[in-house]
Amino acid sequence: MIDGSSHRKTLRQSVDWWVIGVYLLLVIIGWVNIYAATHTSSVGSMLDWSSRAGKQFVWILTSFGLAGLILWILPSQLWEGGAPVLYAFVLGLLVLVIFVSSDVKGSHSWFDLGPIRFQPAEVSKITTSLLLSLVMSQQWFKMSRIRDFLLAAAIIGLPMLVIVAESETGSALVYAGFIFVLYREGLSGWWLAAIGLVIMLFVGTLTAGSYTTILVMIGILVLCTAFSQPSRLKDRLLIGGGFVLAMALFPSLLNWLGSLVQGQMDKLAMRPWVPRADETQDYYWGFVLRIKPVWVLIGLSVAALPAVLWAAYKYKDKFLALCCGVFIAGTIMVFSTDFVFQNVLQPHQRGRIEVLLGLKEDLAGVGYNVNQSKIAIGSGGLLGKGFLKGTQTTFGFVPEQSTDFIFCTVGEEWGFLGCLVVIGLYVFLIARLILDAERCRGKFTRIYGYCVAACIFMHLFINVGMTVGLMPVIGIPLPLLSYGGSSLWAFTILIFIFLALYRNEKKYF
Amino acid sequence: MEHGKRHIPLLIGLGVTALVLLAKIFSLQVIDRYKEDADRNSTVYETIYPTRGVIYDRNGDILVGNKVAYDILVSPREVQAFDTLALATVLDVTPEFIRGKLKEYSRRRSAIGFQSVTMMRMVPAETYMRFDEVKYRFPGFKGQVRSVRDYPFNAGGNLLGYVSEVNQAYIDRHPGEYRSGDYAGMTGIEAARETELRGEKGYHIYLRNSRNQIEQPYKDGQEDKEAIPGHDIVTTIDAALQQYGQELMQNKVGSIVAIEPSTGEILALVSSPGIDVSQLADIGRHWEEISANPYKPMYNRAVQASYPPGSVFKLVNGLIGLEEGVLRPEMMYPCHQGYHFGAGHKLGCHAHKSPINMEESIMMSCNAYYCYVLKNILDNREYDNVAEGLDHWREMVMSFGFGRKLGSDFPAELSGSIPSSKTYNRAYGKGRWNSTTVISLSIGQGEILATPMHLANLCATIANRGYYYIPHIVRESPGVPLDQRFKERQYTLVDTLHFPKVIKGMWRAVNSGPGMGGTAWIAHVDSLDICGKTGTAQNPRGADNSVFICFAPMDNPKIAIAAYVENGGFGATYAAPMASLMVEKYLTGSTSRPALEKRMKEADLMARVKHD
Repeated sequence: MIDGSSHRKTLRQSVDWWVIGVYLLLVIIGWVNIYAATHTSSVGSMLDWSSRAGKQFVWILTSFGLAGLILWILPSQLWEGGAPVLYAFVLGLLVLVIFVSSDVKGSHSWFDLGPIRFQPAEVSKITTSLLLSLVMSQQWFKMSRIRDFLLAAAIIGLPMLVIVAESETGSALVYAGFIFVLYREGLSGWWLAAIGLVIMLFVGTLTAGSYTTILVMIGILVLCTAFSQPSRLKDRLLIGGGFVLAMALFPSLLNWLGSLVQGQMDKLAMRPWVPRADETQDYYWGFVLRIKPVWVLIGLSVAALPAVLWAAYKYKDKFLALCCGVFIAGTIMVFSTDFVFQNVLQPHQRGRIEVLLGLKEDLAGVGYNVNQSKIAIGSGGLLGKGFLKGTQTTFGFVPEQSTDFIFCTVGEEWGFLGCLVVIGLYVFLIARLILDAERCRGKFTRIYGYCVAACIFMHLFINVGMTVGLMPVIGIPLPLLSYGGSSLWAFTILIFIFLALYRNEKKYF
Repeated sequence: MEHGKRHIPLLIGLGVTALVLLAKIFSLQVIDRYKEDADRNSTVYETIYPTRGVIYDRNGDILVGNKVAYDILVSPREVQAFDTLALATVLDVTPEFIRGKLKEYSRRRSAIGFQSVTMMRMVPAETYMRFDEVKYRFPGFKGQVRSVRDYPFNAGGNLLGYVSEVNQAYIDRHPGEYRSGDYAGMTGIEAARETELRGEKGYHIYLRNSRNQIEQPYKDGQEDKEAIPGHDIVTTIDAALQQYGQELMQNKVGSIVAIEPSTGEILALVSSPGIDVSQLADIGRHWEEISANPYKPMYNRAVQASYPPGSVFKLVNGLIGLEEGVLRPEMMYPCHQGYHFGAGHKLGCHAHKSPINMEESIMMSCNAYYCYVLKNILDNREYDNVAEGLDHWREMVMSFGFGRKLGSDFPAELSGSIPSSKTYNRAYGKGRWNSTTVISLSIGQGEILATPMHLANLCATIANRGYYYIPHIVRESPGVPLDQRFKERQYTLVDTLHFPKVIKGMWRAVNSGPGMGGTAWIAHVDSLDICGKTGTAQNPRGADNSVFICFAPMDNPKIAIAAYVENGGFGATYAAPMASLMVEKYLTGSTSRPALEKRMKEADLMARVKHD
């Protein structure tokens, strides 16, 4: 009471208003797009309770209430102290839900409480983060010690397994993001890099094709080598980045050239009095049509390899040499994946993997969703069709439009610019959380901050990746944007617990 | 161990991930073609079918118009439980019919999908109106109004042709022009003038949702395209004459072709048996019946049947003889019941006076006379041998249009055939035949084949004294230009000077009065000055074919006509009276010989006709 005024002052200063601002923006963007996604030709009010936008408005208001509760009323020490109990309680709910829930689209993860449905998997992210932070912030915890590492892995893995048992593979995948937290706290970076690269190469080869995969790999290697030698950052970024950019444009260029050549050849073919053998068959530009971009990419890269190796030798840059090795290994992996998949696997085995990766064109099932979603986003163009003008969105081509596929509405109605703003806001939010966490002196808060950042990142990547066809169809919501109380509440709590902890830090230090 | 710098690679990773996502989004939105797909995805084009052009006769009467037909469609997927009995009462069918149909659709449900299928075709307007009032009670059932062909005259079924839905083969033959569900003319004028008649399809664009439900017009209908109706076609046909010709030809197999000599316009093109126009509008339903008919009603004999022309061909031989200088009108030849050649060979003739001159030979249709004529043509000293003589003769015959397609605007015209020296070299060997071998050519028998259209054209050529216009069936009208070839006179290789001599004989054949030996006195009509020539063509399958060509009046002819009645006997028996009645009908608007007319209409020769 005595230092009430100074408390308020500290409060205003100690809360990260940037995070709250971005949070508010995202929630409002979500609300507007939910309205756009669900409105019909007859325009109703955004506040109409019977519509999804109206319901979301109520969820938003209650979320604000929750945020205020966490920030100002609940003691922040509660989270640290209560972590084990909360973790155990939610884990219990996760198990319970398997037995008492009704079947919703094949998964058993929803509690049906009359008008409200509640998914414990959403809350479990929070409790897992809390317990993980608690355990890892202990003095005795050493990441390098195998026992401690396994303990951390168990805290993450336990709810993950139960969620897989609920057939909510998507939500389970989010927990893989905690590996970034482990990395921050001392897990060797090579683990991360190796796992990441293998996954990327495997999935990339099967979904985006070997060309894109190899190009992305080269891009990553270029970035790594550049940042490993700050003195040569600029040179390497210029040379490597230039190469990657040029090669990224190469297939389009080749296509364009090819259409020119094809047009020319068609014209020649339409003049039968011109001796065929001379011009149409052996038209001297005809070879353009036979160029396979991937061979050009490999050829150029391999040709550049000796030069890079020489540079590595000259500057005694072991990392650069290592990157060359990774490139060779990665390329071999891409081709062998491709080869094994196309030639060794039986058709039914291939089919299963394709279904798992959401590759199979199955118009009645997942393939339909992705195709429609890509069409919707693609139709937005650079600037979008404008609020409520989206045809794909309005007429319900995209399923789960207001929940998992809300990003389609953004893409269609607000175009690339809208996507840029939304993704920019997320990146800002995540980066801000990471930087805030770094500023914390208390290990618990820092680790928790990373957990929040990791969760949001995984949701963002998987969800947006899914809507644009980069990721298999995994039904998880886009944080703060997607329709649904469970998800909005969960992310509000997740973020505001961090803000409360962070504020607490500032208050005392 | 402190890891103070580890947030940097994580932040970089975050940035890279965001860039990858944005790059993919950029490629989808700005580079790729997904934008185009969206419009196709969410808009639905509803075709507006143009009204097909109307077909008029030469006097402005409608031969083929359009009328509204009502169909009952059903979308099986949208059908909900309904009162079958009530629907059956409304539609005037039995409940079993509806149940049966629905059962059939349920069996074919995977093929039908969300489409609509036609449950009933061409229901009466009254039934349709009744259904329209209560259709809200039967979700999934709906009515469709479409335009079908309507035929005010029962004239020219075969000539007009029919319109039907295009099949895949037809679509493939006309790439880019038709889509499944379109209609196109398949035979007759409907087919010949398809491009003019069909018009241009239009469309309404609607936005639809993913359940294929129409939501609203796209851009308030700004992008819609109206259908452009087809051009009307004015035919050269005289509907009344055509109908009269069909009545005369009923229960007979054969054709009547009438041409206006001064223009080449076809006034009537009767092919019997033909298709009743009532069957044309809904040809699908009658298809079985039509194709099972042994007399092949779809077969347009007027332009497709090749017959020996018989004695009418003597006119051609006479004209060629005159042109070649081997025949002069005053030349007399004897005839003793025929032409005797070789050892005991004879080409018979009927009893008439002997000897006779050229005019009388036409009037009395003497066979022997033309044997002498053809022999003189072929054995002409001007040519080295008979083969050369024959080929020269063939060239002159073909200048009358024989042995080739005339080039009319009527589809599926056939060329007939005129033999050449090669024909006989193949049959007998080179140098092993002479003029007597081919002597039956003199009287239009043997290897000569011509369509009734060829004969009518011959008649028009004679009426014009030496030239013809290519017969055609469509007149010039706005949007339907007349091809230049129909405006040019086609001269034969016979000098126009020779034609009046032949015409005199034709006049005498009709107008000499009974007892004078004229073969076609039955065709005589007072003051009409009909000139004609009979023919009796041998038919290897039964009784002779009755043939007659005539034109009238003699000066400034208005109509040239050819009648060909299979198994009709002498030319004067059926073909001559019919052609005469047609001429009278056309020139005077009525007929003065009710007894003859009745006899012609009621004659039934079908029993005589042998079919495959």
